[in-house]
Parts: sequence; C-alpha cells; structure tokens
Amino acid sequence: MAAHNFKHALFCAVVTMVIAFPILGLNLVARGTRVGLEGADASTIISVFVAAAIVFFFQLYRDTIMGNLGKLPALNPLAGREPMPQAKRVKLESWALTGIIVLALFWPFFVSRGSVDLATLVLIYVMLALGLNVVVGLAGLLDLGYVAFYAVGAYTFALLSQYMGISFWMALPIGALLAALFGLVLGFPVLRLRGDYLAIVTLGFGEIIRILLNNWTSITGGPNGIGGIPEPTLFGMEFGRRVKEEGNTSFHETFGIAYSGEHKVIFLYLIALVLAVITALVIRRLMRMPVGRAWEALREDEIAARSLGLSRTAVKLSAFTIGAFFAGFAGTVFASKQGFISPESFVFLESAIILAIVVLGGMGSQIGVILAAIAVTILPELAREFADYRMLVFGAAMVLMMVWRPQGLMPMRRIHIELKRQE
Amino acid sequence: MQDLLYFSQQLINGLTIGSTYALIAIGYTMVYGIIGMINFAHGEIYMIGAYTALIAITGLATLGIAWLPLVLIVALICAMIVSSSMGWAVERVAYRPVRGRHRLIPLISAIGMSIFLQNYVHLAQGSRNVGFPALIDGSFRFGTGEGFQLSISYMQITIFITTLVCMTILSLFISRSRIGRACRAVSQDLGMANLLGIDTNRIISATFVIGAALAAVAGLLLGMYYGSVDPLFGFIAGLKAFTAAVLGGIGSIPGAMLGGLILGVAESMTSGYLSGEYKDVVSFSLLILILLFKPTGLLGKPEVEKI
Repeated sequence: MAAHNFKHALFCAVVTMVIAFPILGLNLVARGTRVGLEGADASTIISVFVAAAIVFFFQLYRDTIMGNLGKLPALNPLAGREPMPQAKRVKLESWALTGIIVLALFWPFFVSRGSVDLATLVLIYVMLALGLNVVVGLAGLLDLGYVAFYAVGAYTFALLSQYMGISFWMALPIGALLAALFGLVLGFPVLRLRGDYLAIVTLGFGEIIRILLNNWTSITGGPNGIGGIPEPTLFGMEFGRRVKEEGNTSFHETFGIAYSGEHKVIFLYLIALVLAVITALVIRRLMRMPVGRAWEALREDEIAARSLGLSRTAVKLSAFTIGAFFAGFAGTVFASKQGFISPESFVFLESAIILAIVVLGGMGSQIGVILAAIAVTILPELAREFADYRMLVFGAAMVLMMVWRPQGLMPMRRIHIELKRQE
Repeated sequence: MQDLLYFSQQLINGLTIGSTYALIAIGYTMVYGIIGMINFAHGEIYMIGAYTALIAITGLATLGIAWLPLVLIVALICAMIVSSSMGWAVERVAYRPVRGRHRLIPLISAIGMSIFLQNYVHLAQGSRNVGFPALIDGSFRFGTGEGFQLSISYMQITIFITTLVCMTILSLFISRSRIGRACRAVSQDLGMANLLGIDTNRIISATFVIGAALAAVAGLLLGMYYGSVDPLFGFIAGLKAFTAAVLGGIGSIPGAMLGGLILGVAESMTSGYLSGEYKDVVSFSLLILILLFKPTGLLGKPEVEKI
C-alpha cells in the first residue's frame, strides 16, 4: 500500500510540474514581429516546485489527512443547535430585511459618488442574479446565454431612445417585455432538450445575439456601440445641469438647490434599489405560488412531476420567460447608468459571472444569491491589485463549490412545517 | 471555370479547418460516450496544447535548432505531453469527485474549470495574441495567370496528412488494443464493465488523455495555420468542435470526423459566399437546428431513457 501510494504521489507531482512549468515558467514575449522566450522570475519557478512538493506530500499522506479531516469538529457552531421556530424566524427575518432596506435608502446621501455608482452596479447584478436564479436554481435549466436577454433590454432602450426619443420609464417595461418575448420564442423550441444540450444551445444563442449586434452596423453601430442614452427623469425633471429636452424642467432649479452631479447618481441608485427589491419580492412570491413549486418539482424529478400532470413545456417556459424578463429590466437600468453600450458588455464572460454568483450563493436561495452578488462585485473593487485574478478565483471557486458544497454557501431553505415535539 | 476554381478553393479550406475540428471533436465525443458529460474545458486544453507547441518551437529556435522535421516533432510531443497531463489532472480534480451527481453539477464544474484554465494562461502568458512562426511555407497553384488561382498550401497538406494519420492510429487503437476494447465496453455499460473486472476509473482517465493528446495535435496545426494564439483561442474552437461532435452524433467517433468536415465546409462556404463575420452564426445555428430536429446527429444512436 505504501509503495503504491508513493508511486501515485510521485506521478501526481510530476504531472503538476508538467502542467505548471511550461506555461508559468517560460514566457512568450513579442520582439517586433518575432517571438522570443523568457524565463520567469525565480519566485514563480520556486512556487511551481513548492506546488509540486505539496501535491506530492498530500497524495502520499492522503489517507491520514482525509481521515483526520473527517474527525475535526464541525466548523459551524450552530450546526448542533435546534432550529429556530418558524414563526420567530419569519418575524426576525422581516425585521432584518426592513432594516436593511431603510439603511440602503439613506446610505447614499452620506458616502462618495464612486461608492454609490458601484452600489448601482451591485444592484444590477443582484437583479440579474435573482433572475438567473429562477432559471438555474429553481427550474434547474442551465442557461449559459443569459446575457443575451440583458443585451436585449439594454439595446431596446438604447435604440428606442435614439430613433424614437422614448424615455427611460417608457423603455423599462418595453425592454423587459421584449426580453421576455425573446425568452419565450427561444425557449419554446429548446426547452424540450435535455439539460446539457440546453446549456450549449443557450450559449450558442447568446453568441449569435452578440455577433449580430457587432455586425449589424447600420442599426446598432456595431463595435462602436450606441452613446447618448438619456438618464431617467423624475416626473419630467432632468438631472443634468441644463435641460436637454423641451418641456422638461431641471431637478435642481425646481427645488431651488445648487446643482450637483451626485443627485443623478443617487437617483439612479434609488431606482435600481427599488427595482431590485421589486424583483426580489416578485420572485419570492412566485416561489411560493403553485408555479414556483412546479419549477422545483420538475427540477427534482421530471418524470414524477409529469406523471402528476404538470406540463413540462409550460412550467419550464414560464421560468425561462420570467428570468429573461428581469434580465431585460437590469439591461435597461444598465444602459441608463452607463449612457453608452456596446457588444463588449455582453460577452459570455458576463453570463459566466452571473452564473458564478448564483452557484456561489446557493442555487435557489435568494438571500445567498444577493449576498454573493454583493461580494462578487465589490471584492475585486476593494482589492484592485487582485482584480486580474478575479476570474481565476471564480473559476476555481465554481469547481470547488461543485465538489464540496454543491448547494452553495447559503443553501435554499424550503418552506416547511415543523412538527411540534411531543412533551 | 472561375466559379469552379473558387468553389474548390472554399471546399479545400473548409476541409482543412474541418479536419482539425474533427480532431478536437473526438475528445468531446469520447468523453460524452463514456460518462455522458460535456467536457467544457476541452477547448482550453486544446489552447494549452497550442501554447506549449509555440513555447517548444520558440525554445528550439533560441537554442539554434532549425531542422524542420525535428522542430515539428519535438513541438508535437511537448504539446501532447502537457495537454494530456492537463486532461488527466482536470478529470481527477474537477470531474471525478462529482461523477454520478445531478447532471448540472459536472457541467458547472467543467465551466468553472474552463474559466480557470483560460485565466491561468492569460495571467501567465499575457492576454495579447502571440505570433506563431510560419514554419511551412509555400503552396501549389493551379489556374491561369490572370484569373482566380486555386492554391493549396503545404500547410494545408500537412494538416490533411497529420489528421489522417492521427485518425488511423486512433481507429486502430480503439478497435485492436486492450485499452481500446475496454473503452468500447465501458461506453456501452459502465457498471457491467466494472463488474467484469475493467478498471473503469483508469479507462475514463485514458479517454481524457487520448482526447487531450488529439486536441494538442490540433492546437499545433491550427496555431501554425492561423499564425497566432491567444488565451481565448480555445473557447470558440471548442464550441465549434462540440458542434461537430453533435452534428455527427455525440458518442460516435466516425460521427465526430464526419461532423468536423461538414462543419468546416459549411463555415468556409459561408465566409466565401456571404461574409466572414457570419460564419460563427452559421455554425451555432447549425448546432441549434440539429439539436432541435435530430438530437442524435448523423451517425449517433438514439439514447434510451430508463426510468
């Protein structure tokens, strides 16, 4: 056994070296038109060796290490405690949520403009992640082209405002409905497919939309994108220094306060906040409605659900359409926040980030997904020097989560009734 | 006559690209045939093969070795070794622990792996594309002096021959060798093969290694053909190869070969007669259409769902 372990450990260490050394240790550099090769610095080389050594010793003492890990006491101190009674928990949760929302409403007035802007972005991701959570987490349909619906929402607003001068408030429902329509039209044929085929088809669809946006230069402006997207107005009051459109007044003049660029940012943040809360509440309701339960039933066991009379197409299609609807919502807000959109913002990587949020937060769990959206968006901003490593970490985290904790960091809690313990 | 020459040129270009798609597609189709999962990170393994080959070529050039056959063979062997190790490690780390769980879990794990590998190369080698030296120059030319000339480059011929050799070796390996026979047995019935004393874990690892090695060959060939590599190089190629695998019938090796060729020709016809920008749209639409109307592909066997 020991000899076999040793051979295996040696093999693993060699493989680690083979994988890591050429790519990390030898860097290709362009010298004019020719390519040259440079050795990496000593620390990289040393770390490759250290990695190989770690792999070697881990594999050598694998059985002992794994055995000891199993004996460790549970990390979660609450694990053994009795769960809180349902009624008390619900009360506590609703108080906490109200508190957070009130805090979120007043918070932007006391911080810098940059952080409010970032918070708006976080809220857009919260909306996207909640929407995708319906599709992936609840209905169990892996959608890798989710960003396409986001793009539909954003481009709807951009194009409508450019060609027809439609305002944000008009475009918001139109964008969301159009995205939902796209979801419906796409979903109708593809939802018959099995899970992994569905993933690939949606991925292909996302790419097709992006390529079309990129090449349909006469309408979408191609890679140059569309600029000059108007900001939302508050009952016809604009937030710019000067009024752009006839008939509107400006916010700072109406209220007789000094003009400040922050008003616009805060207003946009509040809109995003309200929309995100609406998204969360609507989906929360839907989860408890028959349709929400049907999503989960179909995810858990398709054959059993169908034999109980659920229509597979209708149930899946509803999840897909609702997910797309909220992506369209988020897209409209995004277009308005940026003032400029181009196909660059709607690449597959974006879909992957949203999926990573849902997976990390716990598929199906709303609180988990919201927290994950906040973490995933803010962490790279806080640690700028690690921003390059962001996607590397996401990729690794997705794999590790699937291996160790596929239910996510904050797994979904099913609505259930607990039996009273007999006294 | 001119039209015919133009058409044959597109056909040849398409077959060239298509044969490399076929090489990558084999990795998808073999893995799918055995454990029924889409190895999303396969495109990245192909990209790493291309990078390793380029590193080997540049390294040899720095050492002053320029004898072409030696350079190519060393680059090919290096790429195959690194890619196969990568394929083995990926299966070990990301797929084996989640095997047998709900279908989405291995798929998400594979997507995570793909993102990880892309960024691993991106961080180590930079995001800019690096030029691949044109080692095989020149071409045969047909046609009259002033009109359209049909040209078949030596590179294209190399691609054909290499692919043909690889496919032949693979077919012989699958049909004659012990491991090949075990592979076929495992793909028919994993549990039964296990009962009959086949080390299925080993066979699954072997499939990943074989697929990765073929992807590395494709990486070297396509790297030289396109003349540059970058960390995103594998993503689209991986999708195309997956399309090819589905087109031919996923799980079937001859299907992957056929699918690759059809897809390559379809693409080059689109860029030849319509516009180069839409060739990706055509292949993705093709994928969607096949999955909708004939999910078993051209040569695939229908999958029976057991309750």
